[in-house]
Amino acid sequence: MSTLTAPNTRGHAGAARTGRRRSTVLGLLAWAVGIVFCAPALWMLLTSFHSEADAATNPPSPGAPLTLDGYRVFFGADGGASPWPPLINSLTASVFSTLIVLVLALPAAYALSIKRVEKWTDVMFFFLSTKMLPVVAGLLPVYLFAKNTGMLDNIWFLVILYTSMNLPIAVWMMQSFLADVPVSIIEAAQVDGARLPTVLARVVAPVAAPGIAATSLICFIFSWNELLFARVLTGVAAQTAPVFLTSFVTSQGLFLAQLCAASVVVSLPVLAAGFAAQDKLVQGLSLGAVK
Amino acid sequence: MSASVSTPERSPAGASGASSAPAPRKPGRVPGRARVWAIRAPLLPALVFLIAVTQLPFVATVVISFFDWNSLSPDKRAFSAFSNYGEVFSDPSLRDSVFTTVLLTASVVIVSVVLGLLLALLLDRKFIGRGFVRTLLITPFLLVPVSAALMWKHVLYNPEYGLLNGAWAWFAGLFGVDNPGQPDWISDMPLAAVATALVWQWTPFMMLILLAGLQSRSAEQMEAARLDGANAWQMFCYLTLPHLRRYLELGVLLGSIYIVQNFDAVFTITAGGLGTANLPYTIYQTFYQAHEYGLASAAGVVVVIGTIVVATFALRVVSSLFSEEAGRA
Repeated sequence: MSTLTAPNTRGHAGAARTGRRRSTVLGLLAWAVGIVFCAPALWMLLTSFHSEADAATNPPSPGAPLTLDGYRVFFGADGGASPWPPLINSLTASVFSTLIVLVLALPAAYALSIKRVEKWTDVMFFFLSTKMLPVVAGLLPVYLFAKNTGMLDNIWFLVILYTSMNLPIAVWMMQSFLADVPVSIIEAAQVDGARLPTVLARVVAPVAAPGIAATSLICFIFSWNELLFARVLTGVAAQTAPVFLTSFVTSQGLFLAQLCAASVVVSLPVLAAGFAAQDKLVQGLSLGAVK
Repeated sequence: MSASVSTPERSPAGASGASSAPAPRKPGRVPGRARVWAIRAPLLPALVFLIAVTQLPFVATVVISFFDWNSLSPDKRAFSAFSNYGEVFSDPSLRDSVFTTVLLTASVVIVSVVLGLLLALLLDRKFIGRGFVRTLLITPFLLVPVSAALMWKHVLYNPEYGLLNGAWAWFAGLFGVDNPGQPDWISDMPLAAVATALVWQWTPFMMLILLAGLQSRSAEQMEAARLDGANAWQMFCYLTLPHLRRYLELGVLLGSIYIVQNFDAVFTITAGGLGTANLPYTIYQTFYQAHEYGLASAAGVVVVIGTIVVATFALRVVSSLFSEEAGRA
């Protein structure tokens, strides 16, 4: 599955012309479907550049003049709540949980793919099964623990939870990437006396770098998107961007252009990370099953 | 929840790491304990961390589910055996949320798999700008789920100025109809409104899985069938569909596991109102607003049992794909 098969080749000269015409029709159809399917998101993007008056018209006014007012107000130009603290909280939670995931998952994947522990497939499936445990099933004890230890509204507590949320996916993905690292170069390094951390950092990581990068992007996306934990466990100080988005609507009333601008800004990091890792994203979500 | 699925042994021709696998252990030749632990050591931090952060809270949930515990009257906390479970299945609102969860999950998964298959078939052939169209189709999946839900609620469904009604009014206006019916989507059809938003988000995921499946078909087999005079429909029914079976299963099962857990869309679009409260939302409300800790925990355990049933099948599917992968090397 890792390599694409050759494009459909049409051998017969007779069939070639009808085939080509049908391809053109299907190509145009694909374009039309793609644009219609993406239309809501494109409309949201367009609305974010309209004035509030033009955003809320019926029938819609796609040709209205463009303005940056929605973005200006979102970033606090009218004295509203600043979006920076929640954005920085989301960034903190996503980046640090991703880093911890990498530190924990890389050695684990090494033990599951290069120097294999006994019953490695069972261990792999244990990791996978924790990902299938619904979040709500542990939410209350986690909340009580946070409350009793003073960790409510603390961004570092979210970092730990997001780490556990992403660790199984990361172990699965890294396992498949590390299995592609040639064993001979690892053995050569060990013969030269390199210990495990050195082997991981100097030999394995550089070779598996693209896979590690994709895994990191996916962990980043999941942490950035998360709402339930963040909603229950954070208040003011540790509020993340998704929680801010939901409260932003109710506290400010409904300003459509501003809401669209806010949604675009909050989605931008994920869109960027997602386009960079689109194939691997499916691999991550399908728990490593589809390569 | 530990995996009880039997997993295939590695074939001798094995995956790429085969030559580094520990030497075959014969009975009577026990390898040094230190060596075994040296191999296990890198695994342990991740394993210990995951057990502590995911398994322990679940055990606590099970324990709490046997107690009558409302945090507003903490003095009355008492062991109540299975009475919370009785209430989960007899309380009409909880029972409704079980039903809503099943209905929402099943409808979203089925519709998004079918749409995803059609899109995957469309994108499987080469055409100009295929990469760009693919990017367009993936975009819904890459929006932050809360942003997407807010967009559906306010930008599309709003009865006054939402795009759906706006476009409908514009379209009707072309035919000289001045005041066409303007439905209030969320209050008229709340569950369908939530489901549509979820289908929009999850169809790209199904498409990507099925596209991976389509591209792993054997080109020679397809060509041979074509030379034998099979038409497109026959090739789809007898070659493509059987080949895609595993990918379809994977899409359905993973979709089920992710969508059963959905909180963002229900919370944002209807706030659980109008009969759209699914189990995750109900549990959130039961403990966060009603402070019924015992009851919320029992409902949580019920979700887990339901998920284990689905997940057992999911693990089997993943396991078979996994063994194909390991066997191919």
